[in-house]
Amino acid sequence: MLVWSRPGRIVIWAVFALLFGVLFLAPLAVILLSSLANQWNGVLPSGLTTEHYSDVVQGAAWQAVRASLVTGFLASALALISGTWAALALRIQDATLARVLGVLFFIPSAVPSVSVGLGLLVAFSHPPLLLNGTVAIVMVAHFVLISAFTFGNVSAGLARLSPDFEQVASSLGARPAYRLWHVTLPLLTPYLVAAFGLSFALSMGELGATVMVYPPGWVTLPVSIFSLTDRGDVFAGAALTMVLVAVTLILLLGLERVTGRQTRS
Amino acid sequence: MADAAVLPATSAVRRVPGRFWIVPPAALLALLFFYPLVLIVQQAFTDDSGMANVAEFVRVLHARFFLNALLNTITISVAATAGCLIVGLVLGLILAFVPFPGSGVIARLIDTFIALPTFLVTLAFTFLYGSAGMLNAGLMEVLSLHAPPVDFLYSTWGVVLAEVTVYSPFVLRPLLAAFSLVDRGQIEAASVLGARPFRIVRQIILPAAVPALIAGGSLCLLLTVNEFGIVLFIGAKGVITLPLLIYSKAIQESAYQVACIIAVINIALSLGLFGLYRFAAGRLGA
Repeated sequence: MLVWSRPGRIVIWAVFALLFGVLFLAPLAVILLSSLANQWNGVLPSGLTTEHYSDVVQGAAWQAVRASLVTGFLASALALISGTWAALALRIQDATLARVLGVLFFIPSAVPSVSVGLGLLVAFSHPPLLLNGTVAIVMVAHFVLISAFTFGNVSAGLARLSPDFEQVASSLGARPAYRLWHVTLPLLTPYLVAAFGLSFALSMGELGATVMVYPPGWVTLPVSIFSLTDRGDVFAGAALTMVLVAVTLILLLGLERVTGRQTRS
Repeated sequence: MADAAVLPATSAVRRVPGRFWIVPPAALLALLFFYPLVLIVQQAFTDDSGMANVAEFVRVLHARFFLNALLNTITISVAATAGCLIVGLVLGLILAFVPFPGSGVIARLIDTFIALPTFLVTLAFTFLYGSAGMLNAGLMEVLSLHAPPVDFLYSTWGVVLAEVTVYSPFVLRPLLAAFSLVDRGQIEAASVLGARPFRIVRQIILPAAVPALIAGGSLCLLLTVNEFGIVLFIGAKGVITLPLLIYSKAIQESAYQVACIIAVINIALSLGLFGLYRFAAGRLGA
């Protein structure tokens, strides 16, 4: 405790409440409110409605939810496989090479997402590698952007694993493949689940690369929210944003519970 | 180090085939990320006839739209990072050293902002501070004005405020980790000996937080230089940054070479900041 006097603490907490309220609470609250507003000309909406949400269930908005979920799932699954594979394979390289390759696997997270999209357009617009105009190019863009995060999460998990279990397994004569499948991967599971959840959440909110490469007919949630608000349909945009927030939070919290249970047991 | 311990002494022979396991994921990344990256660079320095040419590159470098976007990007990034450091530090100090009931939950809540899409905040800001937003509507009603008095949202400052909201959790996270290592006994001793809170912060807490501030700050610089959603959603004509310029040149004007040239510069800037972040995080031991 840094501040001992009660009035001093109350002043400091008031500062915190103000900062937290203005920066974090107000934006979420106002999006929620506007997603339920039927008209908003004054300080507060003149009436509430769930119409924008029922629009989500029907029509184009639902297509966007589906496109985002499918993209997020496939891109995260691929990123999980490739990130775990890379992190495991780096452990048996010599230290210098492992360090260099480790940095290379991280670089996609440092490059602006718009340029990742631009690069894919430049590289895959001609046969034999024609991806432009297909759904696959959206998946590839998401995979590239989230791969660094899955790789990072899994590497961090590997670094924290106690080597004892693997040592015991191999001294008991377990072959590398058996050791990997029955010892290392089960120990890594909480990190794998966390990595999958985070990359799914990142994919759900990805805008920069998607807006460069998406084909007609595969409009993800963020792109759809942008075109709605750009057209002035802000309340429908807010409702879709709430759907996006809800899905993201469910993914993160749900997976956190799974990992929490596994680390405890 | 861990793998040396794991592998038995005879593994020198087995090591050799194992080394090739890195090839599939590395090849995938090379094809899907590094190959397009090389093509961007190649396209930036090639003219229509396919010859190497720097004339177009030099022309874009001197163009007003590019210099404007570069200046905007750097201004926004530096201002937003400064804001993130201040907000992160204030929130972190309170959460760690003047905790209140529920402060742990609040810290986790702020942390989940990292996973939320960035444009959410911009959308919220238009409802809060836009020309027909809550703040303006309220002020116009109370002060009986005819024009909205608050007009910062569609400017550089609107982008900066949105980015401070979105990226200060990235400063808060390493800061809270660093604060948890500060010896509470030292603070109590200083406090008993009569040191005022401000002096304790300056002499005991801040020195322990410097590596975390540098790591968080350089990450913020990188992320704000690359930020796209916030700038796109604000949609102010005067606020064009490098990522937005790449998007508008490529998609709206189909000027792919110009887009590639700007992308080369943006990527170089980002990789420089990434290097800075890795260096800072490495010193932090993260």
